[in-house]
Amino acid sequence: MYAFDFTRPRTIDEAAKALGAEDAQALGGGQTLIPALKQRLAMPSTLVSLSAIPEMQGVCRADDGSVCVGGATPHAVVAAQAAGDFPALADLALNIGDPAVRNRGTIGGSLANNDPSSCYPAAVLGTGATVVTNTRKIAADEFFDGMFTTALEEGEIIVEVRFPVPRRAAYAKFEQPASRFALVGAFVAQYDDGVRVAVTGASEDGVFRWAEAEKALGAEFSADALDGMAPSAEGMIGDLHGSPEYRAHLVGVMTRRAVAAAG
Amino acid sequence: MPQVSMTVNGKPASGDVEGRTLLVEFLRENVGLTGTHVGCDTSQCGACVVHVDGRDVKACTMFAAEAEGAEVTTIEGMGEPDGTLHPVQQAFQDHHGLQCGFCTPGMVMSAVALLEKNPKPSEAEIRDYLEGNICRCTGYHNIVKAIMAASGQDVGRIAAE
Ligand SMILES: Cc1cc2nc3c(=O)[nH]c(=O)nc-3n(C[C@H](O)[C@H](O)[C@H](O)COP(=O)(O)OP(=O)(O)OC[C@H]3O[C@@H](n4cnc5c(N)ncnc54)[C@H](O)[C@@H]3O)c2cc1C
Ligand code: FES
Ligand code: FES
Repeated sequence: MYAFDFTRPRTIDEAAKALGAEDAQALGGGQTLIPALKQRLAMPSTLVSLSAIPEMQGVCRADDGSVCVGGATPHAVVAAQAAGDFPALADLALNIGDPAVRNRGTIGGSLANNDPSSCYPAAVLGTGATVVTNTRKIAADEFFDGMFTTALEEGEIIVEVRFPVPRRAAYAKFEQPASRFALVGAFVAQYDDGVRVAVTGASEDGVFRWAEAEKALGAEFSADALDGMAPSAEGMIGDLHGSPEYRAHLVGVMTRRAVAAAG
Repeated sequence: MPQVSMTVNGKPASGDVEGRTLLVEFLRENVGLTGTHVGCDTSQCGACVVHVDGRDVKACTMFAAEAEGAEVTTIEGMGEPDGTLHPVQQAFQDHHGLQCGFCTPGMVMSAVALLEKNPKPSEAEIRDYLEGNICRCTGYHNIVKAIMAASGQDVGRIAAE
């Protein structure tokens, strides 16, 4: 690692100020950033830890019924605290990585990183959640901008994510056997006004909504409604873990599993 | 250099660290507790697992400065001062849950964290919890057996196939 200064502010305002410095970077749980620093893939002047800001911790229920998750909340805390109000989200968090990773890795870090195989982006896009930053609110459909790219500006902090709670929902993940990230993961959520389906792990453009499945499930919410359906293999990721055709097939399978699990 | 202070195994520990000093480096080099091992240094193997404020974390993927003010427990803090082993450590010995022993500190720290949350885990739950702990020697079987035994459960049922 190159040397850098370290600061651990107590408020969002202090953090935003610290992040205004040239080449300053936010530190969430460090589960992605620390390995990147070790490989000298990043050279921040200062790391601004977000772990000691009470306003950015924990899960709560807002007045409008949505579930709010603080931007620096570790996955294990989401798994525990969202279990009652939004079990599909708790279940997704509980299946990220391993226990020690879940005790450090945070929702804000996961979303800011937007790894094409990570789990949270599927829940955020699959519910049409709102990403709240220190300066604005960003709709899920505007937030993800292709692999490892988001709408976040330099130094912008994800302080909270607001999830509208679906009538029913589930996340189904086909694990890449070595990393346990999603080889393909599908998040399905049913609302009074329609169904949303978001898929991670599969596309070269990162997380995406599968419009065809949303339409079919809007007409009839059952795994059978997706019988034989799969998106085109064009633009799907092909690597040693699976070909584009294999991933496209898995999208159909995992979406049907998610619908079945949502009940 | 900034100062960092924490409690390690019940005793105050402080020292000057760089921003980039990892918790595992602070424990091994500043505090002199070399029971916490570094296997992969890339958050895959779990040899470096310690408890920070009661939560199991990989000390190779956390900065020392992030543990400011925290209560840290390492493998050295598991046994009694007179050398009596923690029940999980004793079970690893009784059931041959180690061969070279390199992974063992992390295995024990993860197992203790599991049993605090789930005092009677099933075999599947144990295997699932140890997903982030890699052992090159044992084939895991006796590790799982040791954790079953430490939680007061019958290990006959999981005899080697
Ligand atoms: C062994 C292992 C297995 C894993 N398995 C999975 C898995 O199965 N599924 C999955 O989805 N993920 C998985 N992960 C990723 C992990 O869950 C973390 O979510 C991820 O590493 C990023 O979160 P973090 O808090 O650690 O962020 P960091 O590593 O601290 O930061 C990542 C990036 O986000 C920025 N950032 C951090 N917080 C914020 C914020 N609040 N606002 C703005 N920017 C911010 C940082 O500047 C940095 O650029 C795994 C990781 C490991 C090490
Ligand atoms: S040394 Fe920390 S996980 Fe391997
Ligand atoms: S006993 Fe040798 S690595 Fe586990």
